[in-house]
Amino acid sequence: MTTAEAGPTPQVGAARSRKEDARLITGRTMWTENITLPGMLHLAILRSPMAHARITHLDVGPALEAPGVIAAFSGRDVADVQGSMPCAWPVTEDTVVPDYPPLAVDEVRHTGEPVAVVAARDRASAMDALEAIEVDYEPLPVVLGMEEALAENAPLVHGDQGTNKCYTWTFDSVQAGTGGDVAAAEADAEVVVKRRYTQQRLIPAFMEPRSVVVDPTGDQITMWSATQIPHILRLMLAMVTGIPEHKVRVVAPDVGGGFGGKLQVTPEEFIAFVAAQRTGRPVKYTESRSDTMMSGHHGRDQIQDVTLSARRDGTVTGLSIRLLANMGAYLGIVTPGVPILGAFMYNAIYKFPAYRFECTGVFTNTTKTDAYRGAGRPEATFAIERAMDELAAELDMDPIELRRRNWIKHEEFPFTTVATLTYDSGNYEAATDRAMELFGYDALRREQAERRRSGDRVQLGIGVSTYTEMCGLAPSRVLGSLRYGAGGWENASVRVLPTGKVEVITGTSPHGQSHETAWSQIAADQLGVAFEDVEVLHGDTRTSPKGLDTYGSRSLAVGGAALVHACERVVEKARPIAAHLLECDPADLEFTDGAFRVRGTPEAAKTIADCSLAVFTSHDLPEGVEPSLDSDATYDPANFSFPHGTHLCATEVDTETGRVRIRSYVAVDDVGRVVNPTIVEGQLHGGIAQGIAQALYEEASYDNDGNLLTGSFVDYLVPGAPDLPHMVTDRTETPAPDHPLGAKGVGEAGTIASTPAVVNAIVDALRPYGVTDVPMPCMPERVWRAIRDAREGAPEGSERS
Amino acid sequence: MSRISLKVDGVRYDDDVDPRTLLVHHLREHLGKVGTVVGCDTTNCGACTVLMGGKSVKSCTVLAAQADGQEIETVEGLAGKDGSLHPVQQAFHDSHALQCGYCTPGMIMAAVDLLAENPEPTDDEVREGLEGNLCRCTGYQNIVRAVQDAAAVMRAEVPAPRDAGTEPMEGTRGTTSPAAEEVAR
Repeated sequence: MTTAEAGPTPQVGAARSRKEDARLITGRTMWTENITLPGMLHLAILRSPMAHARITHLDVGPALEAPGVIAAFSGRDVADVQGSMPCAWPVTEDTVVPDYPPLAVDEVRHTGEPVAVVAARDRASAMDALEAIEVDYEPLPVVLGMEEALAENAPLVHGDQGTNKCYTWTFDSVQAGTGGDVAAAEADAEVVVKRRYTQQRLIPAFMEPRSVVVDPTGDQITMWSATQIPHILRLMLAMVTGIPEHKVRVVAPDVGGGFGGKLQVTPEEFIAFVAAQRTGRPVKYTESRSDTMMSGHHGRDQIQDVTLSARRDGTVTGLSIRLLANMGAYLGIVTPGVPILGAFMYNAIYKFPAYRFECTGVFTNTTKTDAYRGAGRPEATFAIERAMDELAAELDMDPIELRRRNWIKHEEFPFTTVATLTYDSGNYEAATDRAMELFGYDALRREQAERRRSGDRVQLGIGVSTYTEMCGLAPSRVLGSLRYGAGGWENASVRVLPTGKVEVITGTSPHGQSHETAWSQIAADQLGVAFEDVEVLHGDTRTSPKGLDTYGSRSLAVGGAALVHACERVVEKARPIAAHLLECDPADLEFTDGAFRVRGTPEAAKTIADCSLAVFTSHDLPEGVEPSLDSDATYDPANFSFPHGTHLCATEVDTETGRVRIRSYVAVDDVGRVVNPTIVEGQLHGGIAQGIAQALYEEASYDNDGNLLTGSFVDYLVPGAPDLPHMVTDRTETPAPDHPLGAKGVGEAGTIASTPAVVNAIVDALRPYGVTDVPMPCMPERVWRAIRDAREGAPEGSERS
Repeated sequence: MSRISLKVDGVRYDDDVDPRTLLVHHLREHLGKVGTVVGCDTTNCGACTVLMGGKSVKSCTVLAAQADGQEIETVEGLAGKDGSLHPVQQAFHDSHALQCGYCTPGMIMAAVDLLAENPEPTDDEVREGLEGNLCRCTGYQNIVRAVQDAAAVMRAEVPAPRDAGTEPMEGTRGTTSPAAEEVAR
């Protein structure tokens, strides 16, 4: 900034504390569950206790006799109006998209699937009445494992489809013209690392259980929902139910976390929608935590076969990935596409000359999977970063040195990868150097060697993860080429009020990401108004008519750019008015430091507020100038955003008990230019925590009958404060060349990076014992077993000096 | 129905409640105290934490009838009548100790109780003390920092900070972290 004495303090880059907090720390929040409307009914949903069964008898009649019950119905009762839940991303032409009724009609295919609903005067009456519903099930054979589901004569999840295969999607660098043949690379390789990794099933576990309220009494039917995607939800309600789109309003009020788990159009939303229409009264449904865990979508659940070819000097020559991806019993809004988002990321930051990826989606009698923080990219990053550490061990090379030999150098950007993406910018050297410095890499390596030498019961391991990711979803034409059903643009508009205060309307839909603060900072700088004078409106299709919502680390990368452009249009609309007020030629004006100034005489200035007042009165506007400063902009990015970073983790592993303690964790991330460093740091902390949780604690598991064994927080271990380490975070800043603020996405980075850093550290600690892998989550028992198995039958060559 | 009398955030309420009604549902559905929220059904997450007789309880694990005659304090009653924030609320704001904010009412009340019991906790003691409260957004790091900052203010060692405003909060520019020496330690 020059001539800073005249202008306001720049807001972008400042660690502003959050506007959102005022209501959140005092309990004055509008969660969906807090909403009460006159005459509102409460819904309770009966869920299937069977993983796969035919419904042979279902009678809601007895429930209707229960006190306080106004209505009750089953899937059969509404079969002709309830529609089928939408999947917006059939990734191939022949992707199997089964019918997905919100309330099961004839058959249930996973435990927790809704089968009937009761509407009553209060929650307790509705829940009591569920017990009166008569339902008989005829059990059908259950298939849970992916390989089992693909075997011949496997029980079919959807009998009418004749297969449990949802799709097979392939990418080959030969066909794409971006590289060579992986089979040839493998044949010529001096070293080949073949590994199988399992991405366990995870539960997003946002803290606010999902809730939905529907008011059918107005001209527009209004739905409040704890969702990440109010705009997409409105469109889907219209497309599926046939209600005209303009007759539906969707509101996402305060939403308590999502992490992809609320990037969904849910059966419960549709059931509530139908219930409100049938009863003509407002209805509310709030799920219990167990309901969430049983029937809200899960994440991950993939089996990854990795073949990495290399020369003995460490140069990688080929990468082949074969993936099985568990869809669950049905397809959610983007279920098939999640593993495909990973397809472009396995090659990571490295210059692979040959790459092949093949993914088969599989139906099983489990809850559907869908987006969970990172969605495809954490899985890819895990596999490649684990495999690179394995290659380093194979070559007896330092894992960072191996990465340096293969990564894209700073001066090589922009760089088009073997997977066809063009990485915009990056500086892997700077981030890695800084991380090593903060971590004390060499000293820790020396301590590790000492502990190995002395045969210390507690071994030290160092895990490396150098990641990049594609985020800022997304260029619309790329989404189109991947057969996604929508675009990836984002919209913002700016209303300048007569007093010069500003309303920013964004199509993004925050649920913890602090858009109200960050967008205020951006608008303040762009328009020369005070941070406090900006109000950010979002999450209501009535005030924010256009948007594609929040997921895929897209809000700032796409929505922030739209906001900058909308502000620029406000300035351009104000320019002739300011020139008129200053009695000069518009061409002689520059907009600097928050005001229009005549070049050469900066003391004569008019602000946006001056112009907005002139517009309000409109008494004296230049001829032909429209009396409005309000503007909007829709931004479709030309490319993804590619943040990157280096995460280093040191673990102490007790070789007798298998207990893992994270001794230190250093993350140096490069998310481009930063609007608010406090918010960015918070995103990284939380992201890293979720990645560590996958590495050490969390796993959704089923018994052989398909009952979820981890149906509550008693059994599904979301880490608490004592379970997580203090994290050291720092940043390097390599601006995004295509973004007006130079910003990249940040929401998923920590999660993508951290899981392999932790597991690499655990395996590194145990390499002297011949351990080459520990399945996630690396609970003490699994670590202990890995050590025992390696000791009892160490595979040839795995023992290192 | 049982007749109960509660004082909640300084206001007395006399009600007839179903014996099975949980305190949290009584607060939310009968008294309109929706600042206290429900996050699970197994007493694990702590989102519903309130103070009962000055001690933190998970209000999903107390029957309304059990609370008869008790004084209850929720996050809504924590700020002063003039709107001045409690030091723990202020510290949560200043330290960015919340993102989505759903766990925050319970987390703040648990922290208030923690500091009443232990006015000078170590970081590990803060973590252990908040073990019963889950947060999915923050990774707890800024929560620990907030509780320590609030503790210092409540011990009157440092003056209550004002809103950080445009001033970068300490340690948030560039290197947000303790230096390498601390890591090595």
